[in-house]
Amino acid sequence: MTADKNLSYWGTVWKGFKKDRLAFTALIVILVLCGIALFENFLAGNKPILIKWNGRLYFPLIFTYRELYGVDFKELEEELKPGDFVLFPPVRYSPTESDLLSVLTPPSREHLFGTDDRGRDVLSRMIHGTRISLSIGFIAVGIASIIGILLGGIAGYYGGVVDFVISRLFEVMMTFPVFFLILTILAFRDPSIYNIMIVIGATGWTGIARLVRGEFLRLREYDYVEAAIGLGGNDFRVMLKHMLPNALAPVLVAATFGIAGAILVETGLSFLGFGVPPPEPSWGDVLSQSQRYVDFAWWLVLFPGAAIFLTVTAFNLVGDGFKSAIDPRLRKRKF
Amino acid sequence: MRSYILKRLLLLIPTLFGITVITFFVIQLAPGSPVERKLNIEEGVKAEAITKDIVEQTKKLYGLDKPIYIRYLIWVKRIVTLDFGSSYKDHRPVIEKVGERLPVTLSLNLISIFLAYFISIPLGVYSAVKEGNLSERVITFILFALYSIPSFWLAMILIYFLGGGDFWNVFPIYGILSPGAENFTFTEKALDFLWHITLPVICLTYGDLAYLSRYQRGSLLEVLREDFIRTAKAKGLPDSVVLFKHALRNALIPIITIVASILPAMIGGSVIIESIFSIPGIGQLGFEAVLSRDYPVIMAIATISAFLTLVGILVADILYVLVDPRISFESRR
Repeated sequence: MTADKNLSYWGTVWKGFKKDRLAFTALIVILVLCGIALFENFLAGNKPILIKWNGRLYFPLIFTYRELYGVDFKELEEELKPGDFVLFPPVRYSPTESDLLSVLTPPSREHLFGTDDRGRDVLSRMIHGTRISLSIGFIAVGIASIIGILLGGIAGYYGGVVDFVISRLFEVMMTFPVFFLILTILAFRDPSIYNIMIVIGATGWTGIARLVRGEFLRLREYDYVEAAIGLGGNDFRVMLKHMLPNALAPVLVAATFGIAGAILVETGLSFLGFGVPPPEPSWGDVLSQSQRYVDFAWWLVLFPGAAIFLTVTAFNLVGDGFKSAIDPRLRKRKF
Repeated sequence: MRSYILKRLLLLIPTLFGITVITFFVIQLAPGSPVERKLNIEEGVKAEAITKDIVEQTKKLYGLDKPIYIRYLIWVKRIVTLDFGSSYKDHRPVIEKVGERLPVTLSLNLISIFLAYFISIPLGVYSAVKEGNLSERVITFILFALYSIPSFWLAMILIYFLGGGDFWNVFPIYGILSPGAENFTFTEKALDFLWHITLPVICLTYGDLAYLSRYQRGSLLEVLREDFIRTAKAKGLPDSVVLFKHALRNALIPIITIVASILPAMIGGSVIIESIFSIPGIGQLGFEAVLSRDYPVIMAIATISAFLTLVGILVADILYVLVDPRISFESRR
């Protein structure tokens, strides 16, 4: 304990977290996935990153040029003058570009992860699906956290009747067959990516709310909270500025697990045909296509399945490592 | 104890109220009024042919001319007498349809929950006792990985390898009984049922199994650090007595209440697995109802499964108090 005296609380947590090598590796995996999501167009697409054409440099991914409007870059590449060049992303196919001459081809040099039933490049779809799957995870959990912190905080802070009413609300949401509820709502509204995020978020807040409620009930008894109220801080100021920071760590743990859960829910929805609408690619969407071709299209099962598995495991491992890091009793107990 | 149970039963009322309100209003989310939809479904009438009169008549017939809160009250009044209306699809009473399907889903899930507990408790104990050695670390990692596998992905892999894809044809992948099972003897029927549900049950079980084992391990590790365990060891009790008589009994208590968080996921998890394996259960019925917008069936499934879950939670809570004398009925809310 004495060695940590110069570290802040989060510094201590970070130090504990770093010691868990598995969790740390998982964090790096997540950062790489976020990088893939951010730079998807530089990794896969049919627009070149850089062109030198007639002695001028173009960056078609970043800027739009009037003189390149309607230009077929593949043809352009073939009729280049000496000294000019076209630099394509490593995967030269866009996720929606279909090539009906190579439908359902197994992995090859041309298509590293094979093609799907419309001749679309699976690797490209998966790279672009990373952004969709991750953003569904992050935004759905963001929505769930906001609702959970608000309701849980209010219940724990005020107690009494307010707590009773909100606790019944927790119970209602907990007993609902959530996946079925999500499916029903998406069947009635159109399953756009935003609706999916909102519905997963709006049905997934109970865990976080219960945690925050418990923490707030405990913190409410502390002298510093009483002092903050006594000094005339209004309720929301006390809750957000003084109590929330002390209740945040377990919420972040729950949120990390929540992201893993949300990604799984989205793949399940895609599988049943209520996921991200076409032509937008998501991992669940690629995986669900394999359903019809399970006899031979193994690449449609293996690659998206592995991506989902890797991502969900990474989030779960980070959540687990983080949980051990904030709990001093568990700090030395890892697997 | 009686007063506790009474209090809990009274608390069911606001919760059930909330559940029915949410279900009722989710249905109201549906675009287009149910009247036009019903008219279209029933008579195949063209939209222009529906005169205002017909719409008004149908509205009256289904009570849709009344304000929404009256409609809600009427709906609740009918539900209390277990009248969930009749299915839009085949006009059979919903309660009958649900009644046919419920035993299938319940038996599948109860078998799966039983298996999950049956395997995970010893596994959790083993990995807590052998904490830190190689086999424990491997088990813990595998369990962790299992927890991240989408169930339908595993289902597809199992079908591919064991269900007559390119490899072995060991297990059937459709339904719960072979064709012609009506003529089987009881034992044959039971074996046929078990043979059919092997793959679906694996898919339903492994996630809970992973979760429960980790939970059991954590809870036992926590108990093993308590003072009374040190005392028991210090007075010279053999390790096995300390473990099974002192530690495990206490470590089993929290795992009972966990059943409360597994139950609500039952119907949801069943939706995917039942539609993959064509199992005629609640999940498949629900999915079909969602696809064909069979509102009465959707509402009935949501309400009934929420109610069953509530009862499950209540039973778990009562068990919790019964097995742990430190917790009294009065102190638990």
